[in-house]
Amino acid sequence: MAYVAPAEVEQIPPAEVEDVELYHAKSWVTKYVFSQDAKVIAIQYSATAIAIGLVGLVLSWLMRLQLGFPELFDFIEPSDYYQFITVHGMIMVIYLLTALFLGGFGNYLIPLMVGARDMVFPYVNMVSYWVYLGAVILLIVSFFVPGGATGAGWTLYPPQAILSGTPGSEGGIILMLVSLALFIIGFTMGGLNYVVTVLQARTRGMTLMRLPLTIWGIFTATVLALLAFPALLVGAVMMTFDKLLGTSFFMPALVEMGVYLDYGGGSPLLFQHLFWFFGHPEVYIVALPAFGIVSDLISVHARRHIFGYRMMVWAIVGIGALSFVVWAHHMYVSGMNPWFGFFFATTTLIIAVPTALKVYNWTLTLWKGNIRFTLPMLFALAFIVTFVNGGITGLFLGNVVVDVPLSDTMFVVAHFHMVMGVAPLLVVFGGIYHWFPLITGRMLHEGMGQFHFWVTFIGAYTIFLPLHYLGFLGVPRRYFEMGETNFIPESAQDLNAFVTVVALTVGVAQIVFFINLFWSLKNGKLAGHNPWKACSLEWRTAHVPPRHGNFDDLPVVYRWAYDYGVPGADEDFIPQDVPPDRVSTGKGEV
Amino acid sequence: MLVPIMLLLVGLGTVVFHFVSPWWWTPIASNWGYIDDTIILTFWVTGVVFVGVVLFIAWCTYRYRYQKGKKADYEPENAKLEWWLTILTTIGVAAMLAPGLWVWNDFVTVPEDAAEFEVVAKQWEWTYRFPGKDGKLGTTDAKYINDDNPFGINPKDKNGRDDILIDDGEVHLPINQPVKVLLRSIDVLHDFGIVQFRAKMDMVPGTVTSFWFTPTRIGEFDVLCFELCGVGHYAMRGMVVVDSVSDFQAWLDEQPTFAQSLAEAESDSDKSSNRVFSEASSPDREIAR
Repeated sequence: MAYVAPAEVEQIPPAEVEDVELYHAKSWVTKYVFSQDAKVIAIQYSATAIAIGLVGLVLSWLMRLQLGFPELFDFIEPSDYYQFITVHGMIMVIYLLTALFLGGFGNYLIPLMVGARDMVFPYVNMVSYWVYLGAVILLIVSFFVPGGATGAGWTLYPPQAILSGTPGSEGGIILMLVSLALFIIGFTMGGLNYVVTVLQARTRGMTLMRLPLTIWGIFTATVLALLAFPALLVGAVMMTFDKLLGTSFFMPALVEMGVYLDYGGGSPLLFQHLFWFFGHPEVYIVALPAFGIVSDLISVHARRHIFGYRMMVWAIVGIGALSFVVWAHHMYVSGMNPWFGFFFATTTLIIAVPTALKVYNWTLTLWKGNIRFTLPMLFALAFIVTFVNGGITGLFLGNVVVDVPLSDTMFVVAHFHMVMGVAPLLVVFGGIYHWFPLITGRMLHEGMGQFHFWVTFIGAYTIFLPLHYLGFLGVPRRYFEMGETNFIPESAQDLNAFVTVVALTVGVAQIVFFINLFWSLKNGKLAGHNPWKACSLEWRTAHVPPRHGNFDDLPVVYRWAYDYGVPGADEDFIPQDVPPDRVSTGKGEV
Repeated sequence: MLVPIMLLLVGLGTVVFHFVSPWWWTPIASNWGYIDDTIILTFWVTGVVFVGVVLFIAWCTYRYRYQKGKKADYEPENAKLEWWLTILTTIGVAAMLAPGLWVWNDFVTVPEDAAEFEVVAKQWEWTYRFPGKDGKLGTTDAKYINDDNPFGINPKDKNGRDDILIDDGEVHLPINQPVKVLLRSIDVLHDFGIVQFRAKMDMVPGTVTSFWFTPTRIGEFDVLCFELCGVGHYAMRGMVVVDSVSDFQAWLDEQPTFAQSLAEAESDSDKSSNRVFSEASSPDREIAR
């Protein structure tokens, strides 16, 4: 049987370059504010992303209030509603999930897990955060300019995004586009850092095929983002020109509220192609880090090696590559040449194969394991359930002709919330419960965590499962209210009210999570070194929490990150930096 | 024990909900029954996988729950198992894709006897145009659009003079006649969709898109806009009335032609605005405040 060699004795190469001398902060400001330490930057990214994510959450409550009780809330006008859905979507996909997984988890974990002292370009890393913060602030400011934030939908399709029938078509859309451009600039600085650090700053013995899957997920997602975001950037720049300079990249000859405009010859579909050439990889920019992190959570807490590690790596890489040739499955009914449907349906369904294999390997990691029901494991299990649920509905939407009746209905809303909203967020929570002891030195409170888990998992599933069925019924998405039709029964409105109540409950329950975070900072049980008995390097620092520079002496790696349950060893785990001749077996060596 | 039981409940609960849900698709009223069949097929294939995976996890969490002093099994890879899973998954995917593409081929292949009519969308209303006696629609351009010519028909194009114009959101179609819908928008993206026909397509300013279907049931069917088109998107409603052939013809004969509506406009001396529609004629504009 072919193993990823766990503990072969091999020659560890001598260090080729001298240990780098890091910039050492001299003041409080350079240590905690304009910090060049990836760990501090990670906290800054995470705190900002979660803060703006809470704004996104509140926007979703306002939407749900309108959908659940359309007569009750007079203060929500149609234009408000469209602004809420637009900014909610944009926040959740880009400013929360992308920033949190790559800027947050990426910054914290990459240097520690590959055995580096820091990112390779610490100064650029610092600038990356501050540009990101600027992008977030601009997004918030857009609510307060005349006309308010854009209400064009997070896809920002022209021509309507820049015409007067859409809220925020004056200042809001421009601030949105500029904010996106800033985000992309900031991300590129961080992203280059992550990629180069993974490729160049791994410690001795840390071959690519010994990297924890968390790093493979974040690394591949970053490569995708570096290749995909430029398409959005040029789209944003071109649309800004159409709006401000009167160019016609995306604008054909058209009439706006009865007035013939001075545009002509542009193509709205061109924007859609640019947007989705970014937008589809974006799904995997969020999903791949979640795939990676959840692999590690499952392995550590099931006390078993990840099953089929090499398959997992190639699946991540394969999914990443395929994600660039499926984008037009978002455009089956866009009016593009229908013959494209054959190609994009085929590529889309092919992507299901490596994705399914990842799911199988997670479950096969549990199989014959020794599963501890820790909080990270609970969230990981919930991730598998929600991800499989959201993944299979993707097979409906990806299969071009099935997409025709379902496209632009609540089915789509339910699908993408389950697969790239609920599932990755469950991983975020699992990751926070898992690494909080490393970041702070204290454990999160178990009871509050259990409450938070059950309400969030069961609640989120209850919110989004029934919405699929409104989609089957034919209820369109992005409707301020369903209004009068001859096919939507009264009970659909009852369902909407029910979903709203559950959504508000789940939302409010998140307070317990935040209380837990702050309470445990001071009062949590001391974690000590490696409370989960994990193999990967981030738990092998001399100090918990790790200090600037991460390690005293850089570790040397002898094995993969998944040596759990090795036959013959005394303990059920062997950390990556334990040499073969130091593994205690009760009778000498392995 | 809580975890395996909850996983079991979530898996089984999903299946139960699926079968008892009162929210399901509307009775079909077009020829696209194959689309429904493909959805059912997809449900079966993916449903089996979903239930299988969830039950397997539930069983694993029960059977392999933590026991002190126990060690997990060590078997990093199992090439045979991984190959089998790859092959089975590929077969499952092909079983959904092949019929899907076959039906899509039907969807994009317009039958030769399909009659054509045009839907013209603007914020936030539906209008329709049928070819007149010559069987041809006149050419159009956004620059011709004004109050007297809301469809933007080229006044110099003879084919357009006898085009039949319907300006009130409700259109009639004859039963069992395949139709190719030509879709045109004069301002932003819209999407002409009828839930009971299982078909929809975006309308894109600057180009003409299309799809085809055959109405198979007499009745009234809501036209909804399925592509966000601004603040009045949700209120952009129309109606397709499927009639017997004779009822349809009777209805069509009552509708004005382009030439007639132009003549009517000229006789109407009270014209001052050159906009397509005034505030009064377009109640939906109030939505935009």
